Amino acid sequence: MGSSNSTLSKIPNLGRLIEETGFTPAHIKRLYKRFQALDKGNKGYLSPQDFGSVKELATNPIGDRIIGAFFSQGQETVDFHSFVRILAHFRPLDKNRAKRPDSPEPINSRISKLRFAFQLYDQDNDGKISRDELLQVLRTMLEMQVTEEQLESIADRTIQEADLDGDNAISFDEFRKVNADTFLRIPSPVTPSQITVWLIVL
Amino acid sequence: MKLPWGAATPLLLAALAGTTWASSAHNTDPQSNTNATNGTEGNSGLTSLPIVTWKWHHVEQPYLMALWVLVCWLCKLVFELNHKLTATIPESALLIFIGFVLGGMIWGADKAQTFTLTPVTFFYYLLPQIILDAGYFMPNKLFFGNMGAILTYAILGTVWNAVTVGLSLWGVYLGGIMGDLKINLLEFMLFGSLLSAVDPVAVLAVFEEVHVNEVLFILVFGESLLNDGVTVVLYNVCDAFVTLGADRINAVEIIKGIVSFLVVAFGGALVGVVFAVLLSLLTRCTKNIQIIEPGFIFVVSYLSYLTAEMLSLSSILAITFCGVCCQKYVNANMAESSVTTVRYAMKVFANGSETIIFVFLGISAIDPEIWVWNTAFILLTLVFVLVYRIIGVFALTWILNRFRLIPLEIIDQVVLSYGGLRGAVAYALAFMLDGNKVREKNLMISTTLIVVYFTVVLQGVTMKPLVNWLKVKRTSKTEVSLIEKLQNRAFDHILIAIEDISGQIGHNYMREKWNKFEEKWLRPILMKSSARKKQDQLFNVFHQLNLKDAMSYVTEGERCGSLAFVRSENNVNLDFKKKLASDISDIMPDINSDSSDTGPYTIPMTCIMQDNVPTVCLDVEEDMRGKSMRDTENINTHHVLQMHLYKARKQHRHRYSRKEMGLNKDENEVQEIFQRTMRNRLESFKSTKMGVTQSKKIKPAKKDQIPNGKHKTHSFEDADFSDDNVFSSDFAGGVASGGGGPTRLSIRSGGGIENPAFMPDVDHASPLHTPPWSAVVDDGVAPSQRAQVQLPWSPSNASRLTPLRISTRSNDSFILADRPTAQGEQPPPSQPKSTPK
Repeated sequence: MGSSNSTLSKIPNLGRLIEETGFTPAHIKRLYKRFQALDKGNKGYLSPQDFGSVKELATNPIGDRIIGAFFSQGQETVDFHSFVRILAHFRPLDKNRAKRPDSPEPINSRISKLRFAFQLYDQDNDGKISRDELLQVLRTMLEMQVTEEQLESIADRTIQEADLDGDNAISFDEFRKVNADTFLRIPSPVTPSQITVWLIVL
Repeated sequence: MKLPWGAATPLLLAALAGTTWASSAHNTDPQSNTNATNGTEGNSGLTSLPIVTWKWHHVEQPYLMALWVLVCWLCKLVFELNHKLTATIPESALLIFIGFVLGGMIWGADKAQTFTLTPVTFFYYLLPQIILDAGYFMPNKLFFGNMGAILTYAILGTVWNAVTVGLSLWGVYLGGIMGDLKINLLEFMLFGSLLSAVDPVAVLAVFEEVHVNEVLFILVFGESLLNDGVTVVLYNVCDAFVTLGADRINAVEIIKGIVSFLVVAFGGALVGVVFAVLLSLLTRCTKNIQIIEPGFIFVVSYLSYLTAEMLSLSSILAITFCGVCCQKYVNANMAESSVTTVRYAMKVFANGSETIIFVFLGISAIDPEIWVWNTAFILLTLVFVLVYRIIGVFALTWILNRFRLIPLEIIDQVVLSYGGLRGAVAYALAFMLDGNKVREKNLMISTTLIVVYFTVVLQGVTMKPLVNWLKVKRTSKTEVSLIEKLQNRAFDHILIAIEDISGQIGHNYMREKWNKFEEKWLRPILMKSSARKKQDQLFNVFHQLNLKDAMSYVTEGERCGSLAFVRSENNVNLDFKKKLASDISDIMPDINSDSSDTGPYTIPMTCIMQDNVPTVCLDVEEDMRGKSMRDTENINTHHVLQMHLYKARKQHRHRYSRKEMGLNKDENEVQEIFQRTMRNRLESFKSTKMGVTQSKKIKPAKKDQIPNGKHKTHSFEDADFSDDNVFSSDFAGGVASGGGGPTRLSIRSGGGIENPAFMPDVDHASPLHTPPWSAVVDDGVAPSQRAQVQLPWSPSNASRLTPLRISTRSNDSFILADRPTAQGEQPPPSQPKSTPK
């Protein structure tokens, strides 16, 4: 318990962080350790290079975008608070989420999750996934053997599926509607001691 | 709806009575049979040449088998006439009832039950295909994602059921309620173990109709499949213990039992995996003899079952894992048509044996010999089976929920416990009991039957209302959409990345590792290289969606437009000529061989569907390439083209060949004919064609060359036989002569709507606008088989053939993939509705 407390005591504003993200102190502690491990040189913040040292991310087709999601616009650093807040998107939905309708939208709500995903596409932050943006994602996510023309065709078709107002781009609303009940993810056994990273949208 | 049902029943019964009487005549009256045999076979008694003889005896066995299958299917057919009936009572229950009726008739005729479900028939001929079907269509991701829970239920749950039911019955027996039974503790345990397993056949039959959410389904279903290993081991161990006698059982034997369980279960699974690998490797090499591909699937899987049985391992696990492991590679390796064949054949087999099993479960009951009634024993068994199932499920779920991210809710648990249906496996195991060792065998059989009937009929019937009442989450049928697929893929990547960043090794991490491994090592070995390239799921969805659009376009066109574009006067047909120049030869043989008047336009959609895949595949790249040029006329043109390809192609089926479907490779034979007709045609085309803008787009070997804007008019040169000059000149001649007097098809060319969009720059007055194929018909020329060979299947031809373009904005964009071979991995599009009206 002693070591646990000492780790936690190093984290400023712990109470607010817990309240905001819904993580338990044990989760936070574990994340803090991870944060320190990523933080080469104990700067107290992470830079994109720090994320780059996670070598599995290099093989992730959209790894760059996900790293990018940790940094708010124009910034080159992310501190522990923001780090945890981003990860909090991936907590499972709270069971009793409907209990407090007046409280602000929790970070791990369905909408927030979708918004997080949406922003991965929407690189220029204009609230729409344009054809070009979709193409870029497709290009990274489809394997080599698909030609550029096929890519474009797929992109067009995808937009066509989602585009309700005919502006040839996918807005967040459209994005949300399309994904309304599509991904009911398979629950997997995850031990409670782990941070339950799961993007459940039920 | 009532009427057909009512009318059909007597018919059916009459048919059945015939069978029964016939069989009873044979079975109950051996003397008459021997007489008959003597009469037909004994040459001595022959006074003159018999014109026909009655040889029932010769065909009896297979005849009865076939009749039974027929009767069972007829029953099913009759049920399906009335949807209200099948909506409330599950088919399995109805079939059991039919079984009662049939059994009653047989018994009435024979005064004995001559037909029963024997364990040999059941385990060797009826069960394998059902399990294979289940494994082959197993949603792998779901299955392996919930493996932990499934194994928990399958192993712990089953052992729990067996032990508690056995012990409780024994306890009650000691209490004296059951009266005087000659059953000892071990036999109670044996009985408990044979009743412990949830039956995959029964579960499938009920749950397939209920549509609960997929997690719940996979849990019940996965458990029922995998617990077989446990049941068989428990049964064997208990059986051995009964044989050994109580005094010879010690700790060593019990440990042996546990070891035996591990060996049987994992050995069975291993056998399945080995055969799956073998199967995948085999299907890599069947490119040249595609017709037997589907056969391999069945034979090799069946061998895995028998091999496991031979090694006394769990055969059900073997064939399950064979199906589960091979599906991905086999589907990628085989041709599209083979995949479809396997899919349907497997369903036919599985459905057939399922039907037979339930009917025979019913028939078996009508046999006074097996019925030994002991109210206490039977009722208590029933109660214990139910109660311990519920306790087991709730206890295990409580443990599981501590580890599950999404806990199973109470409602799910209720359904899970209620879904513990027992079925034919239990009955077959009970039937296998050795009557010498287990003195109360008949009581056990009757109790098992009661339990089976109770669970299948009562629980089966009430399952649906229960699920409705509890508001269990159902599966939502969603249309495949690209964006969904894309989204799912993106989420996979996101989750993996987040796990990487947060430094935890979770489910996604493991799956990613496995995928990497699979991609690096397994796929190169087990999958054709050509198929490997097309493994991208996103692309597959794209492809399928486009296929579907193509299908609906065709249906739509046939329904409302009555194929206007096909019949439209001159331009379209001319257009065809040009585009289809090479294609014609493909069409000709069909028209030729199709002497009936149905013509190529009345082919059921299913046929089209099966054939269209390769064709459409061919076109993908062309399509993409021409994207910049797309315009509506083009699209229309290409649709037209596509339609013709479908229809023409499917007619190859009329040609009989045991080795090939539609492809006749015997070139030499037809070359001369081909040249003759082609020459004429080409000549005529050349003369008309000069003014037409030509597009080079479809020339082979110049894929990237995009022509001047006029794609829709692919001049004849595009489609020419540039690689084969003899043919091109031949071709021209053919058309010229053909233009003169097409008989049958000229009607078509005259009656249609004029559609100038197709071919603005063609001379309408030209007499040569008759469809080229009509010319062929007229000539009475034999099918040009050479063209058949060459055409749609060879890539170079394909690119010329179907210059396809997609309008991405259009709903009916066709998809094309420029890979004529190895169209294995995409499941065919959803079944088309029906033949166009």
